[in-house]
Amino acid sequence: MIAGPRRVPVAGRIDPHRPLRFSLDGRAFTGYQGDTLASALLAGGARVIGRSFKYHRPRGFLAAGVDEPNGLFTLGEGNRTEPNAQGTMVQITEGLSASCQNAWPSVRFDLGAVNAWFAPALRAGFYYKTFMGPARRSWMTYERLIRRAAGLGAASHEPDPDRYETRYAFTDVLVIGAGPAGLSAALAAGSTGARVMLAEQDGLLGGTLLGDPVTGDTEVWRTRIEAQLRSLAGLQILQHTSAAGIYDGGTVVLVTRRDHCRPDPSAGEALQILTTVRAKAVVHATGAVERPLVFADNDRPGIMLASAARAYLNRYAVACGRRAVVLTNNDSAYAAAFDLLPHIDSMVVADVRRAIHPSLAAQAASLGIEVHTSAVVAGVRGRAAVRGVVLCLGEGRPRFRSIACDLICMSGGWSPLAHLSCHGGIKPRYRKDSAAFVPGGYAAGHFGAGALTGAFSLQTAVLEGWEAGNLAAAFGGFTRAADGLRPVPPAAAPWESANHHIEPVWQLPGARAGKAFVDFQNDVTVQDLLVAHQEGYGSVEHLKRYTTLGMGTDQGKTSNINALGIMAGLRGIDLEDAGTTTFRPPFTPVRVGALAGRHVGRHFRPLRRSPLHDWHLAHGAQMIEAGPWLRPWYYLWAGDAVERAYIEEMRLVRRAVGLSDVSTLGKIDVQGPDAAQFLDRVYVNGFARLPVGKTRYGVMLSDAGTIFDDGTTTRLADTGYFMTTTTAGAEEVLCWLEFLLQTAWPDLRVHVTSVTDEWAGMSVAGPKARAALERAFPGEDFSDPAVPHMGCRELLVERIPMRLIRLSFSGELAYELYVPAGHAPAVWEHMLCSGEPLGMRPYGLEALAALRIEKGHIAGSEVDPRLSLDDLGLGRMARLEKPFVGRELTARAAGGPKRPSLVGIECLEPGKRLRGGAILFAAGEPLKGHGRGYVTSVTWSPTLEKFIALGLFAGGLDHLGEEIVCAFPLKGERVRARITSPVFLDPKGERLHV
Amino acid sequence: MLRVHCPLCGERPYTEFRYGGDASRARPALGTSSLEAWHDYLFLFDNPKGPHREFWQHEQGCRQWLLVVRDTATNVVREVIVARNAGPGGGQGPGSR
Amino acid sequence: MYRYSLLRLARHALSDRPWPRAWRQAKPRSHYDVVIIGGGGHGLATAYYLAANHGMDRVAVVERAYIGGGNVGRNTTLVRSNYMMKGNTEFFEFSLKLWEGLSHELNFNVMLSQRGQIVLAHSPAQMDALARRGNIMRLNGIDAELLERAELRRLLPYLDYSAAARFPILGGLLQGRAGTVRHDAVAWGYARAADSLGVDIVEGCEVTGFLRDRSGVHGVETTRGRILADRVAVAVAGHSSQVAGLAGLRLPIESHLLQAFVTEPVKPFVDHVISFGPELFYICQSDKGGLVFGGHIDGFNSYTQRGQFPKVRQVAECAVALIPGMSRLKLLRHWAGIQDMTPDGGPFICRTPIRHLYLNGGWCYQGFKATPAVGWCLAATIARDEEHPLVRCYALDRFARGGESLDEYGHGHRPYRH
Repeated sequence: MIAGPRRVPVAGRIDPHRPLRFSLDGRAFTGYQGDTLASALLAGGARVIGRSFKYHRPRGFLAAGVDEPNGLFTLGEGNRTEPNAQGTMVQITEGLSASCQNAWPSVRFDLGAVNAWFAPALRAGFYYKTFMGPARRSWMTYERLIRRAAGLGAASHEPDPDRYETRYAFTDVLVIGAGPAGLSAALAAGSTGARVMLAEQDGLLGGTLLGDPVTGDTEVWRTRIEAQLRSLAGLQILQHTSAAGIYDGGTVVLVTRRDHCRPDPSAGEALQILTTVRAKAVVHATGAVERPLVFADNDRPGIMLASAARAYLNRYAVACGRRAVVLTNNDSAYAAAFDLLPHIDSMVVADVRRAIHPSLAAQAASLGIEVHTSAVVAGVRGRAAVRGVVLCLGEGRPRFRSIACDLICMSGGWSPLAHLSCHGGIKPRYRKDSAAFVPGGYAAGHFGAGALTGAFSLQTAVLEGWEAGNLAAAFGGFTRAADGLRPVPPAAAPWESANHHIEPVWQLPGARAGKAFVDFQNDVTVQDLLVAHQEGYGSVEHLKRYTTLGMGTDQGKTSNINALGIMAGLRGIDLEDAGTTTFRPPFTPVRVGALAGRHVGRHFRPLRRSPLHDWHLAHGAQMIEAGPWLRPWYYLWAGDAVERAYIEEMRLVRRAVGLSDVSTLGKIDVQGPDAAQFLDRVYVNGFARLPVGKTRYGVMLSDAGTIFDDGTTTRLADTGYFMTTTTAGAEEVLCWLEFLLQTAWPDLRVHVTSVTDEWAGMSVAGPKARAALERAFPGEDFSDPAVPHMGCRELLVERIPMRLIRLSFSGELAYELYVPAGHAPAVWEHMLCSGEPLGMRPYGLEALAALRIEKGHIAGSEVDPRLSLDDLGLGRMARLEKPFVGRELTARAAGGPKRPSLVGIECLEPGKRLRGGAILFAAGEPLKGHGRGYVTSVTWSPTLEKFIALGLFAGGLDHLGEEIVCAFPLKGERVRARITSPVFLDPKGERLHV
Repeated sequence: MLRVHCPLCGERPYTEFRYGGDASRARPALGTSSLEAWHDYLFLFDNPKGPHREFWQHEQGCRQWLLVVRDTATNVVREVIVARNAGPGGGQGPGSR
Repeated sequence: MYRYSLLRLARHALSDRPWPRAWRQAKPRSHYDVVIIGGGGHGLATAYYLAANHGMDRVAVVERAYIGGGNVGRNTTLVRSNYMMKGNTEFFEFSLKLWEGLSHELNFNVMLSQRGQIVLAHSPAQMDALARRGNIMRLNGIDAELLERAELRRLLPYLDYSAAARFPILGGLLQGRAGTVRHDAVAWGYARAADSLGVDIVEGCEVTGFLRDRSGVHGVETTRGRILADRVAVAVAGHSSQVAGLAGLRLPIESHLLQAFVTEPVKPFVDHVISFGPELFYICQSDKGGLVFGGHIDGFNSYTQRGQFPKVRQVAECAVALIPGMSRLKLLRHWAGIQDMTPDGGPFICRTPIRHLYLNGGWCYQGFKATPAVGWCLAATIARDEEHPLVRCYALDRFARGGESLDEYGHGHRPYRH
């Protein structure tokens, strides 16, 4: 005999030889392998395991599966805390620690229960009607208290130590649910030779059959079919795996929980695995969950679903009470009565229906069970645990009968789990004979079977499953399985029918008088539905939103249909006309971590590295994110903080020579007989007449006539160009060029190819740049005639092809040297080595940016699609006589002379600094509104020894020399400054020609 | 998950593609000076609830721009052809996913 | 109006007296001064201000299904006014000011919770962009604070500041007055208040066509018969093209899906509204305890109201990248709404080329925070047959005219980029 006050000598599906110790709120419990937290607690005699959300009423377990609304626990501690775990779905493991939620100081004595005193005032929508005063911001005060009271479990802010994996899977047939219908479907599909995946959220196969006695006929059938399935080579069984949702194209997302395996993340083991399945066909065999009956105090601990009481008995060897009352409106609950009877002291069945099937009545009578028909509940006794029930029996002149009991098994019928078909946008349909909402249809290649379809008997489930499995396989092109293979389940009792002879009753008479719960988790009662109805919130969506019905962690699995039935009654309409709310994925809550998989932390998004990345790291580069790239920000040789280092690096470039990695620039190879014409069309300036061996700076506009991208393009041959783009724009530009070539101008014979990754780029800049090249590549001619400004030379050094382009971002004599990416580290090292006597060192992004600001070159914050050519002072570049993309709308984008356009700004106040994002005003005008412009880029210029900036200012250089104010109210700063030319240094460009 | 049948690469998830927007109107010829033509082309959309002619580029595949007819009420893709084969014209063009 | 108060709540609790309907179940009359198509937040607010500010009581709101079922009931409930483009700044701040008095104005607790919104920056350039925004806000009398990394660490200790973070957090821009509002309450509150001023709210009434002649629009055809109206306004964002199409108008609007997400309820976990820089991602916690978050649109035209799964994962990745502790929370539900997306990310509140037909749309997922100002300004525009000064920048012909941009983030001219 196994331990636990409520265990009974039933074989069950737990392993009595493998006891497991766990704790609840620090109290030790023992369960067995195979137990859930719920079954082990019930076995230990636990009654009150939680408090309700609003009224803090004591609650026990209602269900035994995914539909459980009450039994939520916080599992684990510290960074492994998991709030709101359904006790019915948690397999216990050795040492598991759990705690109760939503109660203080404890679930047995909870101060929050005072809320119940105010219950009549706390009905649906009460918070919309009050908490508005006395002051405007009063709600914030109330809200703080409400927020603290709301929420279920407490979560940890610590990073999750566990690992989650994602994968993709492809199969012919996916069967969702391994109840009788799913098993049968999988066998059918598997027998056709199709590849089959069978997904089951439980750890065992069988679905509702797992609630049957393990000594019965159905267990023989279940084990036989399981063995058959396991022998099929093409069949994959996924246990602990729930179908979270169905998405477009019939994609099904599965989540496999491996919590019970206690995976070790440091060994690369995943706690959960998310699988995106593409199946040719899908069988939905998700089954149904039982509905509670709605009567006053139907939430007392000890009142549970009949199927749950039966499952606890047959699967877990737990009798949830000694004296039971079964309360039902359909035949299914009798199974609970029959199975429980041998293990308890008393049993009474109260059936709402006027009459029951004679053979059912006979069977009950033969077992000595007292059955009352036309019975309803008049009252429930007990608070923390049910102690008795008062039944109202008979019609006409009813009799009252008080029965002492500690367990009420109720059944209000069955609700198919039609969520998945609904995810695809197909509304459920009401099936009157079964009093159930069933899938309104299925997507092509999807088939339903079993209780999901509103047919609740084992025999129909097996038949429908067999048919659905065959149809699914046939949809994937496989030939039907031979009918002789069809599994034959045990015969039904004479009284059994597919709809359990249900007589729907959405609330028992008198339910309005007390607190009759419809949604247990969110404390929605019949009274709340009444209030919603009175106030006009009767349509299903208003009802849900006004009362919070079905919005708990269980998403209304036990509550929605009862509520809809009650509301339809109040509104005097048919249930089928009332409709349902929309089921949204996921079917059961899914960890955010499982969705994110491995794309977290460092791997959140791909990181792009230059071919010189490792060199940079090894040589003191401090790296910075630049879009998807990591680039050297500054080097430690120049200083240990960016503020000092970039100044040293700039001095190096202005006085000697520096080397900088520009590999991140987008590089596009443009080839073809019409390449020249093509470039003429995409750049505002002309490229057709650019001679071979020359380079030109170009600007591209979007169709809307505003700035799209800029860069230099070099003509390597008559029909071949080497284009560079901005780092950020590389992808966009390539796609855009391809778009134009493939859709707008397919007649142009041009190919564009990204060569960003093929060519590394390094900028050699400074007055000694030529000398550096000469030292690096002796014997090559780098003289002005050989490589003039904006000229290009192709070199072959040690069989390494290189492209040397003389152009300058810094304003110094400078070259961009492009080498095949694989050779980049060697060439880079060689450059630095041979340049050492000249003082050559690497410089980073901060210096690069500061150098270009001194020269007034636009970059990052100025290449803005809100700006036009004129705004950036580039209007004169445009060759308006030739057609180019964006030409027509440039004028529209320009907008007039008052538009802010590019200026230089110099600080007039020593000791003060300019800042990016400062707003510009004319001197003396009030500092309010949107100003006349703003600062785009700022640096402290060591060359000029002051803060300088680029910015946009209304009227632009018409205001040259005028004093302005740079306002930065975020720091309470205003700084006097002057409008200057954006070219602060060497306006004539003499330094380019040293 | 939406899947697009690339005529060159086969059926692939939409995440391999870049959306290029409305393709129902012909792009004004290069150099068309009518501002109205450009305005209508760039800024006015039929935005139908139903079959929608649109561009997708198989960016992570063959890099071909495709002309796709997709029902915006169901996301069912009805037709895909390689845009190059549809001749000049076409719609607005690329952008991000 | 049957006023709500604590006292009345107590009286009802003690007497069990039934509450009156929040709004009447109106049947459409044959003629109104103004018919507003669309019983969402915007349409209901417009009806309310037409009655409250302009004394117009022959007003009907016609709604295809039930009120508040569109984006007002699907959004992530954020309100803020951290806008920097001229026109947007003034309009959204006006809206926030109206939010601040709305519960009292409507005698309906819309639960404005000014818990503050923080937009994060991950590079020096992003810090500059936030500074520009914050400075503009301050210069327009709007609260804004630039936060350095150290201040953020104190305020939001649970973000990933570790070296393992893919994008380092450098700082952020805080608007303390930004926050959240109980979204459904906005629709219901405006409906109840409008109803009490005589507005007819007609649910289950779909507009199937416009009555028009050379002088303009003079009514609508509906599934519940013909309704004459001197003026008709369209406030059906998500379906603007569909409804305007009935009047023969083509709009600079595309319809796109935006998904939203909520986790199971947990005890207070995130206090502020937080926006993550690298991708458009934002998160806050509802009063019930669920973490409400969302990302960018799915990226292609769609009316399906069902999101794509890759987007679900992408948004979850953002959540965990930003707040590593989110990993162990469970996603409870995700859904989608249809957004009107426009070429500059800005809306339309304006007259149309058809006389007496007014348009409110193009909201690009910022419609909820605009609700009170939309109602106020659209009502004025209808009543005076001339755009309210605050919405002159939201005219329909702005793309033809050119000029100042409304593009807050410089995303270019494609609707699906905003």
